[in-house]
Amino acid sequence: MNIRAKLFSFLIFLSVCFSSFAQDQDLLKLVDNEKPKKEYVDYAFKSSRVIMGHSMEMIRPGVMDFRILHRFGNVNQGGYQFFGLDQATMRMGFDFGITKNLMVGIGRGTNKKEFDGFLKYRIIHQSKGPGSLPFSLLAVAGSTMQTLKWADTSRKNFLTSRLAFYGQLIVGSKITEGFTLQFAPTILHRNLVSTEKDPSDLYAVGIGARIRLSRRVSFNIDYFYRINQNLDDGTHNPLSVGFDIETGGHVFQLHFTNAIGMNERAFLTESTNNWQKGDIQFGFNLSRTFQLTKKKH
Amino acid sequence: MKKLILYPSIILLSFSLVHAQDKFYTKTAKVFFKCTKPSSPEKIEGTNKSITCVLDTKTGNIQFAVLMKGFEFDRALMQEHFNENYVESDKFPKADFKGQIINNTDINYTKDGNYTAKVKGTLQIHGEAKNVETTGMLVIKNGKPGINASFQVQLSDYKISIPSLVSDKISNTVDIVIEGNLDPLK
Repeated sequence: MNIRAKLFSFLIFLSVCFSSFAQDQDLLKLVDNEKPKKEYVDYAFKSSRVIMGHSMEMIRPGVMDFRILHRFGNVNQGGYQFFGLDQATMRMGFDFGITKNLMVGIGRGTNKKEFDGFLKYRIIHQSKGPGSLPFSLLAVAGSTMQTLKWADTSRKNFLTSRLAFYGQLIVGSKITEGFTLQFAPTILHRNLVSTEKDPSDLYAVGIGARIRLSRRVSFNIDYFYRINQNLDDGTHNPLSVGFDIETGGHVFQLHFTNAIGMNERAFLTESTNNWQKGDIQFGFNLSRTFQLTKKKH
Repeated sequence: MKKLILYPSIILLSFSLVHAQDKFYTKTAKVFFKCTKPSSPEKIEGTNKSITCVLDTKTGNIQFAVLMKGFEFDRALMQEHFNENYVESDKFPKADFKGQIINNTDINYTKDGNYTAKVKGTLQIHGEAKNVETTGMLVIKNGKPGINASFQVQLSDYKISIPSLVSDKISNTVDIVIEGNLDPLK
């Protein structure tokens, strides 16, 4: 036998060896030929709101989120007012998931008998894997309408005076499983403002964060810094801190806040309470989702 | 000289051909699970239609891989809770089963028909591995095997805990049904 023939017999021997090896091999590796896929990152927040403001999270298509928001009176009023629990304002709202990236919502708050509605669209969905982007980008457009009886009956009152509009971009990232951070540049336009010093177009930046404490509990912070507010109007930047607690079908958002109103116009322009003085309120948001359409399997 | 090259090559080739007919696979096997308690008003169940399964008919080795995020539920919230609170699919993205058909010699893979297959192996879910054993059905049709099996696992064995608040809905015992049709692995 020449060298080449020996080499081939050796190869045959090798292949026989391999075939006996094959019995113990990881069969799954034989078919694991798929390239890693782009995968979307979900569940950045437990709810579609951080606390006050919109979060980078969406409601899934076909889902209705029934939201009841409560804010009690100031905690520092003492025992006679039962630490604020004797007074309450609320907002009731319905949010609907239309598609994976589009949701709408309507609501009404007792504060100034105000209606509000919004559209929220996700432009970029945070993802990982090839061709991914590490953040989500969303746009929110909303408006509010007060329906209190006109206080000033001496002048002609226009319906448009009751309206305010807001636009918001949300850039956020679920940085780790336990930490989410988002920024929300916001513009609020009020058709009618109380004084000349109050800007018709108010600019603000929202900062929202979530720290996941356990599988079902997270700690949230929601703050809006207002850039060009009227410094003499006695209002403060709204800051809310609290916990999201998930129980079966509900998400409870229990928090302390200095904001009274529960829509963008109200909490950006009417937060007269001051954290430093202890003028804070206890509040909760209750979110209950209902599946309206069944998924097809 | 040329024959010397040709001859072993044919042998090598025939080896690999024989191998190809030994192994069957699919990436679209289905798994369905149910852990609804009789007292629950809603059904706790999910389906995953992209299970990978590889079967080596020569040795009887059979393996499954499941991507946990691939489970679908009627209700989006249930799907969120499944991924976030129960199986923690970011931490443990895959479940797998590696085992063997112990009565493999009783199955004639070249003859169409229904065969009972006793399967024994290790099931890994939520980072926990446990031995499982079940009897399934192997259906050979046109030389291709189809699988069909159902078995039960206990959630507590896999360190998946059920909060007391939902313990009247979610059962610790999960019924799992798996089915799929396999094609030759080339």
